Amino acid sequence: MSAAHDSHASGEDHGSLRGYVIGFLLSVVLTAIPFALVMTGAVADKGLTGMLVVGAAVVQIVVHMIFFLHMNTKSEGGWNMLALLFTIVLIVIVLSGSLWVMHHLNANMMPMSHEMSEMP
Amino acid sequence: MSASVTTPAPTNRAPANLARWYDLDEHDHPEGGSTMLGFWIYLMSDCLIFAMLFAAFGVLGGNYAAGPGPRDLFDLPLVALNTSMLLFSSITYGFAMLAMQRGHVRGVQGWLVVTALFGAAFLSIEFYEFAHLIHEGATPQRSAFLSAFFTLVGTHGLHVTFGLIWLGVLLVQVGKRGLVAANQRRLMCLSLFWHFLDVIWIGVFTFVYLLGVLR
Amino acid sequence: MSGTPIMTAPDQHWSFLLGKLSLDALPLHEPILVATFAAVALGGTALVGALTYFKVWGYLWREWFTSVDHKKIGIMYMVLGLVMFLRGFADAVMMRIQQAIAFNGSEGYLTAHHYDQVFTAHGVIMIFFVAMPFVTGLMNYVVPLQIGARDVSFPFLNNFSFWMTTVGAALVMASLFVGEFAQTGWLAYPPLSGLSYSPGVGVDYYIWALQIAGVGTTLSGINLIATILKLRAPGMNMMKMPIFTWTSLCTNVLIVASFPVLTAVLALLTLDRYVGTNFFTNDFGGSPMMYVNLIWIWGHPEVYILVLPVFGVFSEVTATFCGKKLFGYSSMVYATVVITILSYVVWLHHFFTMGSGASVNSFFGITTMVISIPTGAKLFNWLFTMYRARIRFDLPMMWTLAFMLTFTIGGMTGVLLAVPPADFVLHNSLFLIAHFHNVIIGGVVFGVFAAINYWWPKAFGFKLEPFWGKVSFWCWVVGFWMAFTPLYAMGLMGVTRRMRVFDDPSLQIWFVIAGIGAALIACGIATMLLQYAVSIIRRDQNRDLTGDPWNGRTLEWSTSSPPPEYNFAFTPIVHDLDAWADMKRAGVGRPEEGFRPIHMPRNTGAGVVLAGLSGICGFALIWHIWWLAAVSFAAVLATAIVHTFNSKRDFHIPADHVVETERARGQQLALATGAA
Repeated sequence: MSAAHDSHASGEDHGSLRGYVIGFLLSVVLTAIPFALVMTGAVADKGLTGMLVVGAAVVQIVVHMIFFLHMNTKSEGGWNMLALLFTIVLIVIVLSGSLWVMHHLNANMMPMSHEMSEMP
Repeated sequence: MSASVTTPAPTNRAPANLARWYDLDEHDHPEGGSTMLGFWIYLMSDCLIFAMLFAAFGVLGGNYAAGPGPRDLFDLPLVALNTSMLLFSSITYGFAMLAMQRGHVRGVQGWLVVTALFGAAFLSIEFYEFAHLIHEGATPQRSAFLSAFFTLVGTHGLHVTFGLIWLGVLLVQVGKRGLVAANQRRLMCLSLFWHFLDVIWIGVFTFVYLLGVLR
Repeated sequence: MSGTPIMTAPDQHWSFLLGKLSLDALPLHEPILVATFAAVALGGTALVGALTYFKVWGYLWREWFTSVDHKKIGIMYMVLGLVMFLRGFADAVMMRIQQAIAFNGSEGYLTAHHYDQVFTAHGVIMIFFVAMPFVTGLMNYVVPLQIGARDVSFPFLNNFSFWMTTVGAALVMASLFVGEFAQTGWLAYPPLSGLSYSPGVGVDYYIWALQIAGVGTTLSGINLIATILKLRAPGMNMMKMPIFTWTSLCTNVLIVASFPVLTAVLALLTLDRYVGTNFFTNDFGGSPMMYVNLIWIWGHPEVYILVLPVFGVFSEVTATFCGKKLFGYSSMVYATVVITILSYVVWLHHFFTMGSGASVNSFFGITTMVISIPTGAKLFNWLFTMYRARIRFDLPMMWTLAFMLTFTIGGMTGVLLAVPPADFVLHNSLFLIAHFHNVIIGGVVFGVFAAINYWWPKAFGFKLEPFWGKVSFWCWVVGFWMAFTPLYAMGLMGVTRRMRVFDDPSLQIWFVIAGIGAALIACGIATMLLQYAVSIIRRDQNRDLTGDPWNGRTLEWSTSSPPPEYNFAFTPIVHDLDAWADMKRAGVGRPEEGFRPIHMPRNTGAGVVLAGLSGICGFALIWHIWWLAAVSFAAVLATAIVHTFNSKRDFHIPADHVVETERARGQQLALATGAA
């Protein structure tokens, strides 16, 4: 039972130099862009800047997942991917649900005070 | 998991059809066959802890209580430097994994040490940032925004700290017993953990720092 | 991490050594507690004395406490659940008595300080340290056997998880005699649970007991998911998995995906109390309602964590005692999965009255009603399984029938509460109390009793005596309805929960009836214990030599009762759903030769040590004994690290031993067929 045999059987991918370097370079770019956007104020519209920043983050998370965490649909018989998707769904539910619930609560119960943020 | 129905064991003299119902030629299961899956599931649960902290920050992050806000406090060049430390540590850990695949004990140890140094640098910068904020009066007690900020970023930092301790233990393990299967498995788990923390950090610098300053 | 706890005490040295702990922490002024303590101390001393006298400590340590065998850990979970059940029920009886007599100017016999602790402890114990150990114990015992595995994926972790749960329970019990427990209700809503309104150690006991037990629960969830996904017998694909294994899988997914939420929320509350942050305070931008929102994101899935496994139990029992395949197996699986996901989008129905407005309330009201659809589908599946079947009315089946009637009514009152305008009337009323006891007792408790009667012969090799079991059954079912129907009625009249005294004398009769119901339930518990005792004494008359006393359908019945430590000498190969029924149909014999050494995990005491140190750490944090907390936490880390250097984790059961065991099994089987 060599390690190579195991990893082959479970469809796992342990990455290659090429993969790590590509992932690193993409990450550098995807980190630099949002920082530059915010620090220089290159885009005047704050809403648009915010969307670009969040977009870059989402893309970078995908990059990390593929090149550093070696996610694919085959590892561990697809259970890894399923677990990830389930978690993402839950995170979306929990985050958006909490923001929605608490925003309405504040709007209804604390009519005088602070504006809630415009979270995406 | 080999369901060999066709090759009965040489010692087996039981009726032939038993081999259809029982695995008569069973071998030891390799130890740790579930570890990677189990650890991934653990990471998913950890991810939900962070999700809750993000939710707390999302809801409470605008409540400055007439205290300082993100624009008064955050030093983006410092955060960029910090981010680069973590990113560097990610790729150096990747190099350690590549060395492990080639079976280079020395390479693994070397890259792990480099990774640890970047991790320590990240923690030092974060510590400096926290100390600076507290010194300025922006303590975790000052407002709900600061409570949520310190807790979210601090929890990430705490994870990095445990990652460093773990990394130190693995350096000793690899030094003692080399790249045996158990150590390879541990290195792969720590790899997942380390890169996972980087993913969390993407969320932190985006939602806490960048969007905070934009606010 | 940042910010230091404030220490202001006159005598610095003692407070450094002992934190807030002093002789005042002992509740010497509460006669009830002193009497309880005396009883517990006497009983405990007697137990320890007996164990020492009969020299069983070594046996317990070697064979049970350090065991990594999922069967023994499962049984230990059940014992923990049973012990804590008696404690939780004692709390219930105290509340029933208080509420039955606190009328016409009488203050009852419990002070507010004591009464508030009692109802909080009752809720916390029943959910975290009764229902959770029971379902975890069942899953631990049954799942590996049902999927044809020799143990769980991470046997050491399993032992550790059990001890973490036990340490959490021990902390709650310790609060009875050292200090106090929370007086906040079982979910410890701030600002009441915040430092300004709960300055004592009660909430800290609550926090650390749940955090420590929560670690155990989460790890055991991860463990069982990995076990089910990785260790199934060859041929058992997902849609050939026994239904109890399916519901266990979904339960553990829920555990892993919701207990971190509890951990995080409690951690934030901890920071508020220990560091002075402002998450849930009224000042500096904090929001107490955020706590309510977050904790119910855990709280609602928790309900399904409890009830899904027993849905699996009822499915197994129904199929077995009707002697046929479960009706609509795949719809049962889909219903379970749908419930798993839907349980995450209903949490707001616990606080409709908080004021999120019509749109939010409507959304969560509708999702709540939607979740009753898959649950209804399950009920119809059980009914159709029973339809035209030759039903054997043994105890497990009787509990199943009682469940179906009781749970359906509880489910319907739940749908009623899911209507936001109705909830505005019924929120926090006794109607709600009646509703959730109706589903938790009618669902979880009845299910656990069905499971105990069903799997007891598998675990111990003899059946339970039915007579006292039936007496217990009727006491329970009648007692339950007598105890909770008055609560429904009073809830509709507007009586709120957690009241200690009442002004309206016309309500007293309802509480007296409820008290009589509780007394009947007490008879049910007593006769249940009697049932166990009588069965153990007369075990030789009720031996199960076949390993298959109920003509079962799933793999756990294919091995001996109790199963050997390795479960299966040869791993079975699965071709169909209900694998064991399939094998019996095909007339498959037992392999009697060709045994091999079997690879097994080795027992270890590391779990006990780690959990014990965690318990010390928790106790130190509760009492602000900072040096001890730091030392014990460092010790936890050190022990865990040292344990990773232990490479002697497994061994082989020699082939001779397997041959011996299997020969004994053959003789038993021959005896059984000879007797028949």
